[in-house]
Amino acid sequence: MGMTMTQKILAAHAGLDHVEAGQLIEADLDLVLGNDITSPVAIHEMEKMKVDGVFDKDKIALVPDHFVPNKDIKSAEHCKCVREFARKNEITNYFEVGQMGIEHALLPEQGLTVAGDVIIGADSHTCTYGALGAFSTGVGSTDMAAGMATGKAWFKVPSAIKFNLTGKPSEWVSGKDVILHIIGMIGVDGALYKSMEFVGDGIKNLSMDDRFTIANMAIEAGGKNGIFPVDELAVSYMKEHSTRAYKVYEADADAVYDEEYSIDLSTLRPTIAFPHLPENTKTIDEITEDIKIDQVVIGSCTNGRLDDLRIAAKVLQGRHVAEGMRCIVIPATQKIYLQAMEEGLLKTFIEAGAIVSTPTCGPCLGGYMGILAEGERCVSTTNRNFVGRMGHVSSEIYLASPAVAAASAVAGKIFCPCKL
Amino acid sequence: MKAAKGMVFKYGDNVDTDVIIPARYLNSSDPAELATHCMEDIDKEFINQVKKGDIIVATKNFGCGSSREHAPIAIKAAGVSCVIAETFARIFYRNAINIGLPIVECPEAASAIEAGDEVEVNFDTGVITDVTKGTTYQGQAFPEFMQKIIAAEGLINYINTK
Repeated sequence: MGMTMTQKILAAHAGLDHVEAGQLIEADLDLVLGNDITSPVAIHEMEKMKVDGVFDKDKIALVPDHFVPNKDIKSAEHCKCVREFARKNEITNYFEVGQMGIEHALLPEQGLTVAGDVIIGADSHTCTYGALGAFSTGVGSTDMAAGMATGKAWFKVPSAIKFNLTGKPSEWVSGKDVILHIIGMIGVDGALYKSMEFVGDGIKNLSMDDRFTIANMAIEAGGKNGIFPVDELAVSYMKEHSTRAYKVYEADADAVYDEEYSIDLSTLRPTIAFPHLPENTKTIDEITEDIKIDQVVIGSCTNGRLDDLRIAAKVLQGRHVAEGMRCIVIPATQKIYLQAMEEGLLKTFIEAGAIVSTPTCGPCLGGYMGILAEGERCVSTTNRNFVGRMGHVSSEIYLASPAVAAASAVAGKIFCPCKL
Repeated sequence: MKAAKGMVFKYGDNVDTDVIIPARYLNSSDPAELATHCMEDIDKEFINQVKKGDIIVATKNFGCGSSREHAPIAIKAAGVSCVIAETFARIFYRNAINIGLPIVECPEAASAIEAGDEVEVNFDTGVITDVTKGTTYQGQAFPEFMQKIIAAEGLINYINTK
C-alpha cells in the first residue's frame, strides 16, 4: 500500500521504510517551536526532567509574539522566563522584540522551515509550514518540553484527505477564501486527526502567501497537518530564504486517502465565516442583510504577510474607513513591516484612517491591541471566531480575507471589494 | 489505574480551548489560578459548583482550537477526574494525556449521560457506568503506554522513570 506525502516524511524521520495510518511511531525532530504563552509552561516541565539541557540549540525556535511587546507585568515575567532560558541554553533562534514577528510568518521567512522537515510547535497554527512541503503540527507545552530535551516526539501516523485544486481564483479571491470554503464544506472536525493534502494543477495559481494561509488553517478543520507538494515556486521561496538542505517527498500513486474532494478555484467567491465557528461560512453573495461592524483587524499568522497587506492597501488606496470604524493593520514581521513601508502601503493605511501596529498576535486571541466590548462586531483576517475569542462573550467575529476586511472597513458593514 | 467517580457537567459540540480558559488569563501559568477561570466563557457557575472528582461530559470535538496546555491544566486543577466525549480535538487529546488528565472517547456515553448524573469510569477496562441511570457503556481503553503516562501523572514523569 502506498504512502501519502505526510506518511513518507514521518517514515523517514522514524527510520522506517514504511508506515501505515494508525501506527504509533517516534520521530526525530528538525525544529521545536514555542511562544511566550506556551514556552514558560514547557520550560517549567523541562526543569523537572533529568536532562542537562536542550538536544540541539540550533533546532529550537523561541518567539515571544502573543503578548509582546509585554502587555502587563505577568506577561513581562513570562517573556523574561523565555529570554533567560534562551540565554542559558544559548538558543540560536530566539527572537527579541525588534527581531521578532508572528512565529508562523517569521520562521519560513528566516529559512528555519523547509520541505521534508518534521516540526512541532507549541502553537496550534504550527501546521503553516506544510505550505513548503514540511510535516508540521501543533502540540502542547509538555510535548514541547520533551521535544526540546530529547529531539523526538511520538505520533500516531495520520490517514489523509486529498483536496484536488484546479482552476484559477478570480479577482478578490485568495487563499483565505479557499480554506474557509473547505472548512465550511467539511466542518471544524472534518479532518480530525488527519492530514489535509492539497494537490492539483490549481496550486500553481496560488502564491506562497496563499498557501501559507491555507496550511495555517488546517487546524480549524481539526487537521493534524496541511501539506502542499513542492513546486518551483516553493523551491524558489526556500532558496531565497534558507541555506538549509530541503528534501522533496511525493505521495505514492497508490497512496490511500479516506476521502477526496475536487475544488475548481475559479468557482470560489469571497467567503466569510460567521460567529462562532469557522465552519459557519457564507459567500459574500449569500449575505443579503447589512451586517454593521465596529472594528476590522488585518493581520495575524493567517493573513499578515505582504500579499495580504498589498491587497488591503489596494482596496484602501484613496478611500477612508467608515466613520466610527477602528481598523487595525498588523504586519506579521519586521521585514514585512519594512517592505510595506518601502512600498508605501503603510502610508495608504494611515491616510485611510487605519492604525498600523508592530508585529503581535494581540487581538487575534483577545490578548490586547483591539479587544471587543459587549455586543461589538469585528471583521477579522484571523483564524478563529469562537465565543469571546477577541473580547466580550457577546462580541462577534466574522472571519474574512484581507480584501473583504478592507472593503468592510470602508463600508462600515460586511462588503465585497468588487462593489466599492 | 484508579477509577474516576463524580457528578457530571454536560456540554455540547466543539467546546473550544478559548472557552475552557480564555486567553485573557494566559498571562498566568499557575494551575490554581487558571482553575478559577475554568469554563468561564461557557458556564460561569462551573467553578462555583465543581467538586473534586467531578466529570465533564461533552459531545464532539471537545478541546478544539488553541494548543494551550493551560486548558487541560485548568480542568485538572479544578478537580475534574475525567472528561468523556464523543471525540476530542487532537492537540487537546495529547495535552490531556501528557499532563495526566484521563479522557475517554465514547459516543454512546457522551450522548446519553445527562448533567447531574453520577458516573464512574474504569480506566483499565474502559467501562463507563452511569450510576444514576443504571446504564453502562464501553469506552475506548487506553493503549498501554498511554496508561503508563497517565499513571505517572504525565509524560515528563514517565520519561524520567524510563
